[in-house]
Formats: sequence, C-alpha cells, structure tokens
Amino acid sequence: MRGRRGFAGGEEAGEAGVLSREEIQARQAWRELGLTDYEYRLIVDGLGREPNWTELGMFSVLWSEHCAYKHSRLLLRQLPSQGKRVIQGPGENAGVLDIDEPVALAVRIESHNHPSFVEPFQGAATGIGGIVRDILAVGARPLALLDSLRFGDPALPLTRYLFGGVVSGIASYGNSIGVPTVGGEVAFAPAYTYNPLVNVMCLGLVRRDRLMKGQAVGAGNAVVLVGSPTGRDGIHGAGLLASRTFDEKAAEMRPAVQVGDPFMEKVVIEACLQALETGAVVGLQDLGAAGLTSACAETAARGGAGVEIDIRRVPRREPGMTPFEVMLSESQERMLLIVERGREEDVLAVFRRWDVPATVIGKVTGDGMFRVRDGDEVVAEVPAALLAAGSPAYSPLQVEPEEPARARQRRPGEVPVPTDEAFPAILEKLISSPGVASKEWVWRQYDHMVQINTVVAPGADAAVLRLKGSSRGIAVCTDGNGRWCYLDPRAGAAAAVAEAARNVACVGAEPIGLTNCLNFGSPEDPGVMWQFARVIEGMAEAARELGTPVTGGNVSFYNQTGKQAVYPTPVVGMVGLLGDVARVVTTGFKRCGDMVVLLGNPLQPDTDRGWQGLGGSEYLAVWHGLVAGQPPVPDLKAERALISLLVGAAREGILASAHDVSDGGLAVALAESCFAGCDAAPASGCSGGGDAPRGGGCVGVEVDIPVPSGVRPDAVLFGESTGRVVVSCRPGDWPRLDRLSRAVGVHAQPVGWVRGEHLRLSLNGRLLVDVPVARLRALWCQTIPRLAAG
Amino acid sequence: MRFGVVVFPGSNCDADCYHAIGAATGARVEYVWHRDTKISGFDCLVLPGGFSYGDYLRTGAIARFSPVMREIARFAADGGLVLGICNGFQILQEAGLLPGAMRKNESLTFRCQWTWVRVEDNRTPFTLLCEKGQVLRIPIAHYEGNFYLPPEELAEVEGRGQVVMRYSTPAGEVVPEANPNGSLGNTAAVRNAAGNVLGMMPHPERAAEGVLGCEDGRLIFRSVVEYLRGSGR
Repeated sequence: MRGRRGFAGGEEAGEAGVLSREEIQARQAWRELGLTDYEYRLIVDGLGREPNWTELGMFSVLWSEHCAYKHSRLLLRQLPSQGKRVIQGPGENAGVLDIDEPVALAVRIESHNHPSFVEPFQGAATGIGGIVRDILAVGARPLALLDSLRFGDPALPLTRYLFGGVVSGIASYGNSIGVPTVGGEVAFAPAYTYNPLVNVMCLGLVRRDRLMKGQAVGAGNAVVLVGSPTGRDGIHGAGLLASRTFDEKAAEMRPAVQVGDPFMEKVVIEACLQALETGAVVGLQDLGAAGLTSACAETAARGGAGVEIDIRRVPRREPGMTPFEVMLSESQERMLLIVERGREEDVLAVFRRWDVPATVIGKVTGDGMFRVRDGDEVVAEVPAALLAAGSPAYSPLQVEPEEPARARQRRPGEVPVPTDEAFPAILEKLISSPGVASKEWVWRQYDHMVQINTVVAPGADAAVLRLKGSSRGIAVCTDGNGRWCYLDPRAGAAAAVAEAARNVACVGAEPIGLTNCLNFGSPEDPGVMWQFARVIEGMAEAARELGTPVTGGNVSFYNQTGKQAVYPTPVVGMVGLLGDVARVVTTGFKRCGDMVVLLGNPLQPDTDRGWQGLGGSEYLAVWHGLVAGQPPVPDLKAERALISLLVGAAREGILASAHDVSDGGLAVALAESCFAGCDAAPASGCSGGGDAPRGGGCVGVEVDIPVPSGVRPDAVLFGESTGRVVVSCRPGDWPRLDRLSRAVGVHAQPVGWVRGEHLRLSLNGRLLVDVPVARLRALWCQTIPRLAAG
Repeated sequence: MRFGVVVFPGSNCDADCYHAIGAATGARVEYVWHRDTKISGFDCLVLPGGFSYGDYLRTGAIARFSPVMREIARFAADGGLVLGICNGFQILQEAGLLPGAMRKNESLTFRCQWTWVRVEDNRTPFTLLCEKGQVLRIPIAHYEGNFYLPPEELAEVEGRGQVVMRYSTPAGEVVPEANPNGSLGNTAAVRNAAGNVLGMMPHPERAAEGVLGCEDGRLIFRSVVEYLRGSGR
C-alpha cells in the first residue's frame, strides 16, 4: 500500500522517513495519510500556516474517521443520551449510570474489527485491553467483559482460523487481567467472511465521588505517562487500518496491529486505581487509537487548556524513533495522568511499588496549544481544540440500496409451508446451526467467574453479577441482528434494542441504559449511509420508548472488502438493575409439573406485514436458504409492557424460568429451556447453559399452541416475531401471573407443562414434534466444537 | 486467628480469597506483599490464583523467586499452613514445596467450569470438616492444570496418600469422563508429605457463597479454622 513508505521510512522519504514542508506539498502527502485536499486546507486555515510532517501525522489520525466520526456524528445526535440515571453520557471515555449505590456503573463498547481480521489473536486481545482502559479512565475498576462476535461462512478454513484466533486472543488477555468475560454473542454469515466483527464491551464500578474525567486542567499540573514503553507497533492503526476498506493486501497491514501484554495491563490497572486513592490525580486518559497525540489533544481540549510535552522523556522500546512515530505509536497498556503540581512524587511512588514505568513528560498550560518538544526543539505546536474537535462533519449522500429492498419485498407465499413430517428435521437442523447451537465451547475458555460476582454465567439471556455488600445485582447482555438490519435497518435496530432490553428483563432486571457499537461498510457508499441513518432512527426511537438512554458507544465504518460490505450490524450492550439478586430468574425449566406460559401477542395473519416472524429468520436462512422478507417489526409499547411484567413477576418470585423467543423461534426457545434445566454433565463440555444442576435427568416439555386460521405452522414454531417470552411457574402461581399480565395489558397464554423427557410440540392439538431432549441437546452441544476442530 | 493472602504482581484471585475467607470464617485476613521479607503472626498463608508475572516463561516460574517465597518456605518448614490455589499451587510446585508439575490441559484450551472433586483424605488441616469420600462442587479456571509426575515419583506420592482430592462425577466416581484437564489419577489437590501445605486447582473461594451457586468451598477455609482452634492457636 502506497502510503506506508512515507511513515515507515521508505526510500523516497528523507532521513528516518521525515518529509519537509516542500516535500509534503510536492507529494500531496496528506492524501497518503488519508486526508482529503479539503481537510488539508482546513488544517492550513486553522493553523494559519502549513503543518510540518509531525503535525500532519497528528492531524491525519485525529481527523481519521475512526477518531473523528466525520460521517456519523451529525446523525448520532439523534440518539437519546439523557435520563435520570445518566451520570455521564457520550463524550467521555465511558458512560456512567446511577445504580442506587455509592458506586456507579461505567459502560462502554468498542470494535476491534479490522485488527482482528489482519491478526485475529492480537487483534482481539488488544481490543480487550483497549476497552478495559476506557473503563479504567473514568476511575472505575473493570467488573466484566462481553464479546459480540460475527464471523463468515463456517465452512471456510479462513473462518475457522479467525474464529479460533479471536476466541483464544480474548481468553488469553481477559483471563490474565482478572476481568470475567460473562457474555456476548457469536454469529456466522457469509457477509462477514472477509470482515469479521469483534465488538468488546466492559463494565466497571466507580465510587461516585471518585469519578474521573479525561481532562487536562490546572496550568502547571504535571502530565504523567505510565505503562509500557512506546514502540513502533500500531503506528496508524486508527488512520489507515480502521478508516479504510480492505483490499487483497490486508496481510501487509499486520505491522499496524498492536501486540498486547496483559500482565502490564493488570499492573497498570492496579497501580492506577491505587494512584487515584492519593487524591492527587485530576485527569485520567487511556492511550488508544492515535496514542499520545489523541490522549494529549483530547484531555487538553476537554479541559479547555493546553498541554506541553517533551517526547525525549517518553520511554521508548527502541532507539531512533522519530517524533512522528512517538506521537502516533499505538503501543498498548499506557495511560496518561494529570497530576496536581507538587504531588507528583505521591503518584510516582505508587507506580514504583508496582514496578510500572511512570514518567513526567510535560505539563498543563493555559494557552490552549498542544506543544510537542524534542528536548529544546519544538517539533509540533497546534491548537488542541483544532486537533481534537476541529475536523469537518459530513452529511453524505444516502440512497436506499436495491438488493436488500428487493429481498425484503418478496412475498411470504413464495416460501412453501413444510409438510407435518418435516418439522422434527427442521428443528434438529436449526438446533445444530452455528447461530443457534451452544456456545459453551467458546465461553468455557473465558474465565467468567473471577472477581466472584457471577450469579448467572454466559449462555443465558443475560449475565447477572452481584454487587458485594448489597442485595442488588447488575444484568447485562449484547444483542444485534445483522440479517434483519440488512433487510430493514430501521426495524432491525429497534428490534436489537428491544431484544436486549427484553433479555435483561428475562432475568428480572429493569433495563436502565445501553451502549452501542455500529458496524457498517464504507460511509462513502450512499447505500451504506442510508442504512446507517435508518439504524440511528430505529435505535433512537426504541431507546426513547424503552427508557434506555444511549450512554455512548462506537462507530466502525469501512467493514468492507471491495464491494462487499458487512450486514449493517448495530450491536446493543444493555445493562439492567435487579433490586434483589436472590430473585434472579434463569432460562431453565425447574420442576416437573410446572406450567409453561407464552407471554406476548399471539401471531396473527398480518403480523410483521404478513411474514409472521419468518422474514430474515434463522429458519428461512437455514432451511430454505433465503435471506428475505420483512423482518419482525417490534411493537415498542407492547415491549415496554412485557418488560414491566417480567420485572414485576420476578420481584414477586412467581417465575420459575423465563427465556426470550429469538433465533429459531418458539420451538428453539422451548428446547433451550429444557437444556438449561438438564443436569450438567461433568467435564463433558456442555453443561446446558448456566443453571445449577439438580438431580433427576433431563426435563421435557409438552406444549399445545392454539393457532388462529391464516397463521402458518412454521411461523408459530420457528418465526421470530418479537416481544415474546416463554416462562414457567408453579400451577398455583398462575392466577397471580395472569392478574399481573392483565394489569399491564400483556397477553399470557398457558400452553403446556414441564413433563417427561421429550420435547412435544402440538398446534391446535396436532402433534408436530416429539423428540427426546437428550437427542436435541447432543446436536446443540456438538456443532461449535466440530466447527472449531474443522 | 490470621490469614494472609499473598499478592504477586498479576495475582487476580487475591481479592476473591480475601473476601471469601472473611465471609466463610469471620477470621482476620490481610494481604501479604510479594516483596515482604518479614512476615509474622499469620496462622495460614494463601497463595491465590492468577497470572503472576503474566505466567510468562512458565506458570509460577518467576513468582517463585519473589522475596516473600523464602519466608513462605520457612513458614512451611516451621509447620505453618500454606494453601496454594490454582496459580498458587503452580508457584508452590515451582518452589519445590509441593510435588509434580502442571502441563497444559489435554484440550489445549483454558477451561473455566464447575467440577466435582472427591475428598480422598479428610485428615489434612484443609479438609478435616469433610467426610472421606465426600464430593465437593468447586469450579476450575486454568490452562495448565494437567498434573504430572514421573511414574515412580507418582507411586511414592500416592503411597504416602498425598493426593487429597480427585476429579469425579457428582456421584463420586473417579473416571476419565470426569477429568477436565488430563491430570494423572484425576488429581485435583495434593499435599506435602507433612500435610501442612496443600495445592488445589479448583477455586474454593468461588464456591463459598450461596448466591454464587454453591458453598462447598467454605469447607476448606472452615477446616483450617477448626484445625487451628484444635491446635490451640
């Protein structure tokens, strides 16, 4: 790739790759660094002169799409970010929510998609490192991680390589730093083959009076760099890797991927948290994309101050690095602290105790300039606000893409209704599909218990963490459905928010806020921007209606190789609050003889514009080989009522189990509640999904669902219409559940009983499925290990 | 009665042990820093799980050179109780205080899961509240927990009854299907010949509160307290 010569020190560049102002002009070198001619003119106007090579490099990363959100930030304003629980919204390193405790909950999600394709192990590992430092930057102790992963066609060796590498990278880094990985998702679709998605979410707890901001305040205060020495790794990760589409030379970008050192991260976490205890730290910022440049410019801009640093003081991994390289390095495991003048030694002593390098590299100034010295020489001097917040914002052209519109507009009648005899085979195929199958092979590789807060482990609708010293608990999940968003981005994004909120409510928690990771193709493609704009609309509407403000997040564009973009994939990370963690509700059926109840509106012939939940479903993709139809359109008022019912019923302790109807529909949801009710088989590698084991073998279910005429049987069993939850309760508790449901206007239909060892599903008395649960469970368990083994 | 939880750089179950020991026993718990060269007044020292020094080179291989390890060896030689959990077990092996070495799990993956272990010896200070043959449900979380010894040394260790717990089915059958990592003899916990040093791969601190799904782990910490009471400390 053309631009690499310039900064890696090629034959055309001068000494150590440094270009003079004349050479920059002659070569129009800003283009090689990813800036447009228009953007370069803005920089010259803002500075009142031509930038030098180091300054140009700094602008090129901070004004990259990855750092500056040039194509998205005008649209992102539509997202509701305020609410009674929002202590800190977007703009800082993490959102912070009030959880009625002396500690507040920090929340953030981020993508590490491009690096994870180029080098899956380190790409995913450093993704974990980065999101954890974002949480640390608000002064919070990292509490839990979740990973939302998308991979391509599972039949391809490339997919298995990426899948295996990403999972082991997450495990290697996350396990070592002692932050439990408690949830997430793994999905597969050909649209992600050359652009896998690796979205990582982190939660943290911070004492409300210790909340930190990433700001440089107080002229004369010290700027302290801590953590790993700075090397040449990761230069231009943000600018060139994350802000461009891939071409066939992706492997050549491997040097732009950073290498993680989880041990350093762990001691940086401990040392930083201890340093905050001194009370001498007034600002804290992680070094992520664009490294030192971004950290200094952003803290200065947020604090309305200037920052002056001397890069000669920056500890290096190797000699001979140019100022350009030092300023743009994305070496991992580094943090920037703003420390009160005169108290530097208090802070430095903490880092010495932990054997973590910590160096005063500069000071806060009052002139608003970001000044970089190399000893006596000033090598860069730019207004911090211009660098951090002066990039242009674009409103790119939006045009609805034709192909997904055509697919959406197909008729449900084109999909043949299967014969009665086919239903067991369909269910088995769905249960075995990588999208539905058990992901225990993945999450068993993650330490999901360290910190001893995990009440509900991965594999459930939402993970649940207890808060030590309190009866309250935190629920958290991630959700996203790229196929739905491809077909109908607005409805799909609203459905992602609704599903995430419903998942959190299934464990008994009230959803209180979300963070989002928006994964898209190139923003220079009008079709992609049309999808992006619709996703924002749908997400904004759902977040507003469900009372779950968006506390921040991340946009990842350029997930595209050639003309092939990923499905538009907004991932929602939802958090919820449980008043009493002892009242948590889990997925698995608990007792023979319990009543099975379907909550939510029954299907009607015109549900989801006639598609009855089949549009964009797993069933359509797996059985019919179709990605088509109108995907489910959430009824947000009904979702809100359902959430309040689930939370209320959990509080009253009348639910034995609850499980959201999603991928694979009602039949799969029932099967999964059976699996999670099974005894865990020791060391077998598939425990059923997180519930504690009991004696007595597998629990089956017998269900008979009343079906109105005009509703398809495959839609009843495999449709994914939203706003439905399968619960079970003691028969004696049904009258109370019924009363609660009526009070909030949620349809509650008893459909059967927890009974026997089989999954028996009938429609209007006609038996369509009668399969041993043990057989289904074996299929459900074996898919992912086989996929991983190749 | 005082427990000490040793903190190495990279330990990550130190706070968990601190919390769980307090919750299970009500005893006093203090942290012991890896650079401490004088430790006194402790009745039981716990080496917690984690990735000491990143577990770079080999698990526990660097931590065993920490200044505090000389003190721990002296403490153990004087009959003090030392409990190594997971990485703590690996460090005690590297330090020569416990037999055997840990290879990578047979699956060649990290495994975090609930396991069942059968108590083979209930006369140790760490298991005296358990019944012999009792099955405990305690989780593991490790990549290197595949206990190994050359056959002749294993025979000696077995001969002295030093294997304190073995992975089993919930019913207590010690069978290959119940072995999560390939350990010889399904070994989950081993003591030294004198019986005052125990290493276990399962994490009792993760199973010491009902809200986390199981309280079997409490038996380990409470046994220590019971033993110390009986011995008049």
